[in-house]
Amino acid sequence: MTAVLSVRKLNKRFGAVIAADELSLDLVAGERISLIGANGAGKTTFVNMATGYLKPDSGSIALDGADIGRRSPRHVARLGISRSFQIPQLFIDLTAAENLAVAIAGARSEALSPYAPAEARGRRALAVGLLERFGLGQQADRPIAELAGGVRKLIDIAMALARRPKLLLLDEPTSGVSAEEKFATMDRVIHAVASDAATIVFVEHDMDIVSRYADRVVAFYSGRIIADGKPQAVLRDPDVRRYVTGGLR
Amino acid sequence: MRQWRFHPLVMVLPVIAAALAGRLLPTWTLSLATVAASNALVALGIVVLARTGNVSFGQGLFFAAGGYGVALVANAWGVTDATLQMLIGAACGGLLGLLIGPLIARYSGIFFGMLTLALSMVFYGALVKSSALGGSDGFNVGRPTLFGIVFVDPREADFMLYAVSVVTTGLAGIVAAILFRSEFGLVSLAVRENNLRVEYLGLSANRVIVANFAIAAAFAGASGAFALMAQRHIDPQFAYWTTSGEFVFIAVLAGYQSVMAVYVASLALELVRSFSNLYLPNTWQLVLGLFLLAVILFLPRGIGSLWAGRARKRADPVPDGGGAP
Repeated sequence: MTAVLSVRKLNKRFGAVIAADELSLDLVAGERISLIGANGAGKTTFVNMATGYLKPDSGSIALDGADIGRRSPRHVARLGISRSFQIPQLFIDLTAAENLAVAIAGARSEALSPYAPAEARGRRALAVGLLERFGLGQQADRPIAELAGGVRKLIDIAMALARRPKLLLLDEPTSGVSAEEKFATMDRVIHAVASDAATIVFVEHDMDIVSRYADRVVAFYSGRIIADGKPQAVLRDPDVRRYVTGGLR
Repeated sequence: MRQWRFHPLVMVLPVIAAALAGRLLPTWTLSLATVAASNALVALGIVVLARTGNVSFGQGLFFAAGGYGVALVANAWGVTDATLQMLIGAACGGLLGLLIGPLIARYSGIFFGMLTLALSMVFYGALVKSSALGGSDGFNVGRPTLFGIVFVDPREADFMLYAVSVVTTGLAGIVAAILFRSEFGLVSLAVRENNLRVEYLGLSANRVIVANFAIAAAFAGASGAFALMAQRHIDPQFAYWTTSGEFVFIAVLAGYQSVMAVYVASLALELVRSFSNLYLPNTWQLVLGLFLLAVILFLPRGIGSLWAGRARKRADPVPDGGGAP
């Protein structure tokens, strides 16, 4: 099986804090991987390095064999890695469809048109179509500022999906969503991204979500990977129980 | 998405009508309207740039670059045609904007604004010290012509300049309106709100800022050409911070939601200034200040919010809550 993302001996420090300590990891095409770990374990730092926001102190990150460790978020996005955020990063004054239109503009290879209307050439249909995949077609013309947190989360993910990424990184897709709506939200996400994102990585704290939706779980502690494998095996691992799940399983 | 009720190109006819209406205006209003149209052009550029979240406090730099560029070309090669002079001014401002833009686009917020102000003051200082450009006194240029026609009658000359400035500013407004509704315009708004997210979507926020900056600079350069044609004299005051401040004043009055608001704000400012200067010659700045305060207090999003905000509300459908998880 070929690795979409290959990470070797990745290190990152913030002063005395070790956020990545000799991390090595291969993400295989088609996998649905969950990254787990306590706060400060290094999950988001890993996501930030994989998407170009942070540069590693040493080590390499390769996407389909090409080194991306020193690339900017824009270049990384263009190469095929998209992400969503723990706190949705949307354009608050724009409508949901306009947010998607910006994402669709970013996904195209040609330059931005200075004269064609933003909604022309079927772009609006594309934007609304993406929203409909998340069950949000009715929200297309509402400004983001008027939408609930859970809806914003889904729009954030829909924007990441606009360029049909090789690798989709979702940072806590169910955080801020009520307990009873978490599974419904995750069902929508998995259903919506299934056809477009070849490989999905999601950072998650809810172990019920992890065990239900992940094919593979990678557990972080102090910038290191302490367990990597099938969900049942990882969640039973003594180190994971001690440092991550707190003996809940 | 915002649904526009009509294509901006339909505004070509009202622009031509406004230019021809100059025939009916009293002479004293022609020069006032010319100054208002010329200032509106710079303010329109500031509004274009403000859509990316950045305000330039130093548009006087490009205003002066356009004016000096035209003056030098006019005196060296005898180029007197008003449309050519306007194009030369726009080219001077735009090229300078393209040169400075990539350096300045790395900054944002107050740093961006202060850097533009600093650059305009550096230019001002250089102009004052440059004896070849007339130093602080500046230098004169000849009367402009139009397509080979020389205007000897002052009333005809005023009307020609009024018509060319109104048509140019009107066309610039149409270009800006097309830009605002375009994909590029939408991404400009996105840059204003969250430039990092724009980068994560594979777009270059810096390039969008530079392009808007160059457009604003070209508009300011063309305006500098009009100011030169109206005064037939140029001096370093074109680049001084108070000149730049006046353009920002108009842009603040207008807000960033409507192109038409820029013209209304510029004309309102000129009218308030002219009449307060006439009736309250010693305290006209106070009246101007009170006028700005009143607009900020009652229309914090500018004069344009009087109609643009309402149009937006009408365009938004009533939410039905469907689809929320």
